[in-house]
Amino acid sequence: MRKPSLPFVHEHAAHCESGVMARLLFHYGLPLSEAMVFGLSGAMMFAYIPFVKLGGMPIIAYRRMPRAVIKGIQKNLGVKMKMETFPRPDLGTAALDRLLAQGGIVGLQSSVFWLPYFPEDMRFHFNAHNLIVYGKEGDEYLISDPVFENPVRSSIKALEKARFVKGMMAPKGLLYYPQTLPETIDFAVVIPEVVRKTARAMLKTPVPIAGIRGIQSLAKAIGRLQNKDRRYARLFLGHIVRMQEEIGTGGAGFRFIYASFLQEAGVLLENRNLSDCSQMMTAVGDQWREFALLIAQSIRKKKNPAIDFPAIQKKLENVAAAEAEVYRTLLHSEL
Amino acid sequence: MESRAVPQDEISTHTNTRKAIYATDCNGAYGIVPSSGWEVEAEVTLQAVDELVRLASEAYDKVVTGVASPLYFYMFARRMDLDILAQASGIGKWWLKRHMRPDVFAKLPHKTVARYADALGMEVEALYQLPEKRPERA
Repeated sequence: MRKPSLPFVHEHAAHCESGVMARLLFHYGLPLSEAMVFGLSGAMMFAYIPFVKLGGMPIIAYRRMPRAVIKGIQKNLGVKMKMETFPRPDLGTAALDRLLAQGGIVGLQSSVFWLPYFPEDMRFHFNAHNLIVYGKEGDEYLISDPVFENPVRSSIKALEKARFVKGMMAPKGLLYYPQTLPETIDFAVVIPEVVRKTARAMLKTPVPIAGIRGIQSLAKAIGRLQNKDRRYARLFLGHIVRMQEEIGTGGAGFRFIYASFLQEAGVLLENRNLSDCSQMMTAVGDQWREFALLIAQSIRKKKNPAIDFPAIQKKLENVAAAEAEVYRTLLHSEL
Repeated sequence: MESRAVPQDEISTHTNTRKAIYATDCNGAYGIVPSSGWEVEAEVTLQAVDELVRLASEAYDKVVTGVASPLYFYMFARRMDLDILAQASGIGKWWLKRHMRPDVFAKLPHKTVARYADALGMEVEALYQLPEKRPERA
């Protein structure tokens, strides 16, 4: 493990995984913004998987699977991460303590529900949260959770529980930190490559559960809610918005952070097309926000007893069309 | 979204923490703007929390009327469902459902109850009794 040269500084970020990766890389000597980390990992996506349910609701994700940011950054930038899981909680805690004693900072995967510093109303059983431990004081860990504005703390016991919870996407005590960093990164090559790959993945998915087709399937599913149980229909709509806005996406389900990435990439490569597409993506993000607002107004009980499902479906179809246009433009422009 | 349009609705679900939102300044340059929340977000978060409270209070009644074991209540009180508790405890769903019966639960060996207690993050003894207050929606 490389010796960090600077004292650790917490930084507020939109998303846990990209936030943790950006901070880890920065601390060990590769300064990249969170937006660059997110964009360059190729984790931008959309998925609607009606047949896989979590807590009674189908999987709706505005990005790739958990760990996709960590994996994507390794693959695309030539970063090598040390990643370790443990068969027993005590081994995981011992390994963490050892790394901290050596002066390192460590990325961890954990459950959200068992982290004591999470607000009560945000504690759900999601096991793929990410955070950084940067120190230990007495029987408490010093934690930099990027989605929180300020550093937080957790008892040893609580963190151990959160790291070793069993179930879907079980963290198994996963800890990670950079092992080797690239000497140089040729952004003029990497950026166009990853941007095109993301655009192709969004446009040309073979199955209707991912990419633009995934958004269109979700729109159809909303239309079908008309004939479903009323309570389920409301919960389903609320679930979409939670996945888009509540869980740390930087707003509009990562569309704003991606626009930020495109903007930064445009400046770095002095490429007008990237900057233009950034603006297009911002407009798409604004439409996603309108979609969320439409849903919130519909499910607010007293004011609107009847929900206009076709209108919500139509709105989402328009969002899908606008977003598809951004990717088509990216594929057809010189980057 | 422009930074001045970033909602600052001070929603209750955030409690003392702000969320990082990406927005553009007056020159169109992106940056992080801390947000005290958007009412849209509060609406859907509270909806989800309300639903969990509803499930827990219905479960509470079932335990009081002797239809289900306290394990059934604590599963919902910890915001879990059958799948999550089965995975967290490592006890199969078929068994778990059986253990939701008050008569079966009462006769479970300490070892088994301890596995549930651990998964639910509570003491074994506490798992045998309901809390005094029925969970209510805010």
